[in-house]
Amino acid sequence: MLELRGIHKYYNPGTINEMCLFQDFNLTIDKGEFVSVVGSNGSGKTSMLNIICGSIPVEAGHILIDGKDITKEKEFKRNRKIGRVYQNPAMGTCPSMTILENMSLADNKGKIYGLSRGTNKARIDYYRENLAQLGLGLEDKLDVKVGSLSGGQRQAMALLMSTMTPIEFLILDEHTAALDPKTADLIMELTDKVVKEKQLTTIMVTHNLRYAVEYGNRLIMMHQGECVIDKKGKEKEEVSTDEILKVFNEISIECGN
Amino acid sequence: MNFAISIVEQGLIYGILTLGIYITYKILDFPDLTVDGSFPLGAAVTALLITKGVNPYLALPITFLIGALAGICTGLIHVKCKVRDLLSGIIMMTALWTINLRIAGTSNVPLFSQQTIFKNDFIDGIFPESLSKFKTLIVILILALISKFLLDLFLATKSGYLLRAVGDNDTLVTSLAKDSGNVKIIGLAIANGLVAFAGGIFCQEERVFEISSGTGAMVIGLASVIIGTSIFKNISILKTTTAVLIGSIIYKACVAIALRSFEPQDMKLITAVLFLIILVISMERKKKVKTNAGA
Repeated sequence: MLELRGIHKYYNPGTINEMCLFQDFNLTIDKGEFVSVVGSNGSGKTSMLNIICGSIPVEAGHILIDGKDITKEKEFKRNRKIGRVYQNPAMGTCPSMTILENMSLADNKGKIYGLSRGTNKARIDYYRENLAQLGLGLEDKLDVKVGSLSGGQRQAMALLMSTMTPIEFLILDEHTAALDPKTADLIMELTDKVVKEKQLTTIMVTHNLRYAVEYGNRLIMMHQGECVIDKKGKEKEEVSTDEILKVFNEISIECGN
Repeated sequence: MNFAISIVEQGLIYGILTLGIYITYKILDFPDLTVDGSFPLGAAVTALLITKGVNPYLALPITFLIGALAGICTGLIHVKCKVRDLLSGIIMMTALWTINLRIAGTSNVPLFSQQTIFKNDFIDGIFPESLSKFKTLIVILILALISKFLLDLFLATKSGYLLRAVGDNDTLVTSLAKDSGNVKIIGLAIANGLVAFAGGIFCQEERVFEISSGTGAMVIGLASVIIGTSIFKNISILKTTTAVLIGSIIYKACVAIALRSFEPQDMKLITAVLFLIILVISMERKKKVKTNAGA
């Protein structure tokens, strides 16, 4: 279970550009939930993910995982339990290393990166199987540098790499936004498959309302640092894209967009 | 013949330095100016140890460790104090000037009568008279190859993978639940260890410690890395570490040939012009201009 309690977040504090994003923001995400988060630009979606992962500090409030306060814990330590896929496909892989080396790196997460051989030869077949699941033909390109792959291929690898080792939370930060519609659909299906298989608690930020409605079992719409829609269970199943879009338009008019 | 031997000797000594700069510049993407201080640091430590009567072979690993220490300091300044990479190196380079003088005692320490790794009873014993001309070259070649192979081995370990990942994409290292700062510090330690190691060998070969021997070491190393990686970039069988070693020899040859028609005081100008020419010719520069234009 993940809890955000009384979060306060300011940008540029103490300057003329001070901007308050979160004022007493609360959110509880239960184990096994797949939360889709939508909202306009600047509504605090990505900031919320960054706060959960520890990429940015908070002015006040607490972040708890299973009741344990992790507010002060550094980003890299929190990442032991968290897998994250970014909007930019380049963020989740190492371009100058080969597919095999990237897989080996990801496979060792949570263990010591010592002086033993970087690639465990006994695991290569396992990596191949995993890559074959993607259906992109990457299993035959183990020695190709990731930098020469397309955005969609890299994003598929990033998804695979971030969920390879046992994690509890999967954070998806607009992970289909930089891809063409067909590849985006493919990645989205893969995501759903991985989440169901590994029973991960997932938070997905997306601008694609269709994905938000179709996937996941909870939907949140954020606006100016608050949740304006929060539907789960049966309510979520009945929600339609039009309904979400209506609320979205109202908010946008209010903002003058 | 002697001319060629001396070029290869110098090229290989600076080749070890180039291996260090390859780590910082190519792998970590860190413009590390500490090098200008850690090269003479290795020389100063060697001069001190040898004049105190320490075995010259034992001096070699010690110079590596002291150099690694300097690299760790640069890393700590950059990672923990959040000083920009270039400035961290400049701070350490400046500090090391005094430290080197303190270690060596004066700005110039000759080592004429002492035994070195190139000239001692053991070496004189195993090399027959006919090979005496190549004695220094062979010792340097062995040391350079050992450095290269150990670095290759390290880069193929899990820790080495992480080092390669951090310069490429430090977000990924953080995602792997590792502190990217620590990985950078390890990289800087190994790089400066190699540089100081080269400085120590240079001091033993020249039989003198010179405080200003490190001035421009960074430029020499950078030029060698760029030559090596751009000439051999299409030959995938050749490891990059081998390529930069050869790059260093090519660079030294260029300088030596240029110096034949100029005075010794023109050295730095030749170095600068040569470096500029190499940058312009190699693709490296074109890539940089493109990214700048895009930003």
